[in-house]
Amino acid sequence: MPIIRNLLAIAVATTLLAGCTGGAGDDSTGPADFAGDITGEITVLTNRTDLATTTLPEYARKFTAEHPGTKVSFEPVTDYEGDVTTQLSSGDYGDVLLVPNTVPVDQLAQFFEPLGSVEELRPKYRFIDEKAYGGQVYGLSIGGVAQGMVVNKRVWAQAGVTAPPKTPEEFLTGLRAIKSKTGAVPYYTNYKDGWPLSFFNSQRAIVNDPQINEKFPADPSPWQPGKIQYTTDGLLFDIVHQGLSEKDPLTTNWEGSKPMIATGKVATMVLGSWAVPQLRDAAKAAGANPDDIAFWPFPVQTGGRFHSRIEGDYKAGVSKNSKNKATAKAWLDFFVNESGFAQDQQAIPPATGQPLPPALQAFQDTGVDLMEIPAATTNAGREDQIIKESEIDLAGNIYRQKLVDIARGAAKGDKESYFADLNGRWGKAQAAVMK
Amino acid sequence: MTKARTHWLYLAPALALLITFTYVPVANMVWYSFHKWDGLSPTMTGAGLGNYVRVLTDEEYRRVFLVSLYYFAASFLQIAVALYFAVVLTFQRRLRNLFKGILFFPYLLNGVAVGFVFLYLFQPGGTLDTVLGFLGVSGDHLWLGDPDIANYSLAGTSVWRFTGLSFVLFLGAIQSIPPDLYEAAEIDGANRWHQFRFIIAPGIRRIIGLSFILAISGSLSVFEIPFIMTGGANGTRTFVIRAYETAFQFRQIGLASAMAVVLLLLVLLITWVQRRIVPDEEVTLS
Repeated sequence: MPIIRNLLAIAVATTLLAGCTGGAGDDSTGPADFAGDITGEITVLTNRTDLATTTLPEYARKFTAEHPGTKVSFEPVTDYEGDVTTQLSSGDYGDVLLVPNTVPVDQLAQFFEPLGSVEELRPKYRFIDEKAYGGQVYGLSIGGVAQGMVVNKRVWAQAGVTAPPKTPEEFLTGLRAIKSKTGAVPYYTNYKDGWPLSFFNSQRAIVNDPQINEKFPADPSPWQPGKIQYTTDGLLFDIVHQGLSEKDPLTTNWEGSKPMIATGKVATMVLGSWAVPQLRDAAKAAGANPDDIAFWPFPVQTGGRFHSRIEGDYKAGVSKNSKNKATAKAWLDFFVNESGFAQDQQAIPPATGQPLPPALQAFQDTGVDLMEIPAATTNAGREDQIIKESEIDLAGNIYRQKLVDIARGAAKGDKESYFADLNGRWGKAQAAVMK
Repeated sequence: MTKARTHWLYLAPALALLITFTYVPVANMVWYSFHKWDGLSPTMTGAGLGNYVRVLTDEEYRRVFLVSLYYFAASFLQIAVALYFAVVLTFQRRLRNLFKGILFFPYLLNGVAVGFVFLYLFQPGGTLDTVLGFLGVSGDHLWLGDPDIANYSLAGTSVWRFTGLSFVLFLGAIQSIPPDLYEAAEIDGANRWHQFRFIIAPGIRRIIGLSFILAISGSLSVFEIPFIMTGGANGTRTFVIRAYETAFQFRQIGLASAMAVVLLLLVLLITWVQRRIVPDEEVTLS
């Protein structure tokens, strides 16, 4: 019963964070200087532990062939967000790295070199404003994803549905048909692992309003009927409330859910398009047909069209403390434009003008408008502050797990009371942040 | 070199480690608890007592303390089971070391491993349901999915893991009692229960007292088992899980530090009260 150890773990972790905040560079936001010879060694941090000794070194060999005298080494990090956030405050975090999402946009300049202005880079790259602040870009996307849901087409077809449902009601009817006509679990929440629940937050495109990120923090009650959180979180509530999800959400397992949807034991999961290649691999491994896995839009239409948000997955930047910024920048440019990483991962290529991967081409052909939603500018960073202040983790799973608990009758309340509670807590924090 | 200096020389390595890794971080934590800070920003803003006011007044924070009650109740079971086995194994000679090993083994396992093992045990139709099926109790139970059972399941896991520790403490204490006392008692006609009641129980009173302090502080600071098994979902969120989320998910390091300080003070307070109620007297059996 190591009480003291627990307290110290927190204390030590916070000390690590505190210890060297001095390591972060100054706040100046002048244009970066990437002049110098492209030569010497650089270190690249990556979250792809599975590729660090296989595919990534191959890209590095290509880069070295173009720029003799350079050497790129990779440092794979398993718990990327957590570990790298701690590393950031130590001042030593490699030369090129993926920008952890824990860094608020207004602090980007402390840790990363500006790569150019938004106006200058917009014609060349997609997703540039996702890690931008004050008109400067600090991270380039290494590949984009579209948002929607992954389905097992064969199971849906058995239930008589062959085209993506257009409304939440149509979708729920489909799920009910799956439940009654097939043995499959209609929807799998992945409640225990938690993070798959957060994809209900990635559906803002459905209202077809490019300004939504700007408007969102200005709204004190996003869970009011007709508003975005009511639509998306409300759908999750209805799925669970009508008994259309897995029986015991507490023992779910992401790795285990992959073969389940691949073989048709599960019919639907709300996820990003990045999941499609993984689930097709799982289908191959399980001896099922990989073509059963399809990507459908979130079941809401605006103006008679589906809209799916496309966004950059991780954005890579150059460390402010890099000793070899010229080579670091050259590697970043190479990796984003020439390496072929995005194509290999079936992601949306970050450079504009390169073609979409086949899976997304098919998705677009079902009548979906792919749209980028610019990050907030005048309200930049405000949404994060409200999230922290209210402790409603909009981009996470804690409050959605509670939502699932209420929906399945495991916690007190109903949809109206919980949404009223969320509106109240959000509104209070919103008033404090936006005052 | 004088004698006093030599003392300090020997103490220096231990003190250096203690100060660097215990007192400085705790001092830092107290310092953070009076500030608003996200763990990254080079500047902290003062918050006065604001963090403490929020921890102590917001119902969201107080409610998680109730979850500790399950673990506290379970720790009585844990102490009783451990005491029983310690006494039995004191008198039982055959296969004693084997049973000692079996009972202590769960404590040696890593808490994360224990979490995963029990996660499979508790799956609907998993090991536990299968075993219960052999005993005639049929049906799939949502051991973790049912909010009325989840905390019992987790507290049970905690008992399984920590009984070994209490057991070893008790066994060590019982073995320090001179064996001739039992012989003398037997000549006087005392049975096993009398021996336990009048020799063993008073002889190990300090260890039992210590076990209760550990039980209280342990049940307030439960973390690994619920964190691995449910992530704090389904009404199993404990105070430390909440503090962890506040610090590393919502990045409110100041507020989380205030929570940790409150927990520390609470444990110190309970220990102090316990020492006042049960004073720590020297035990003499002869």
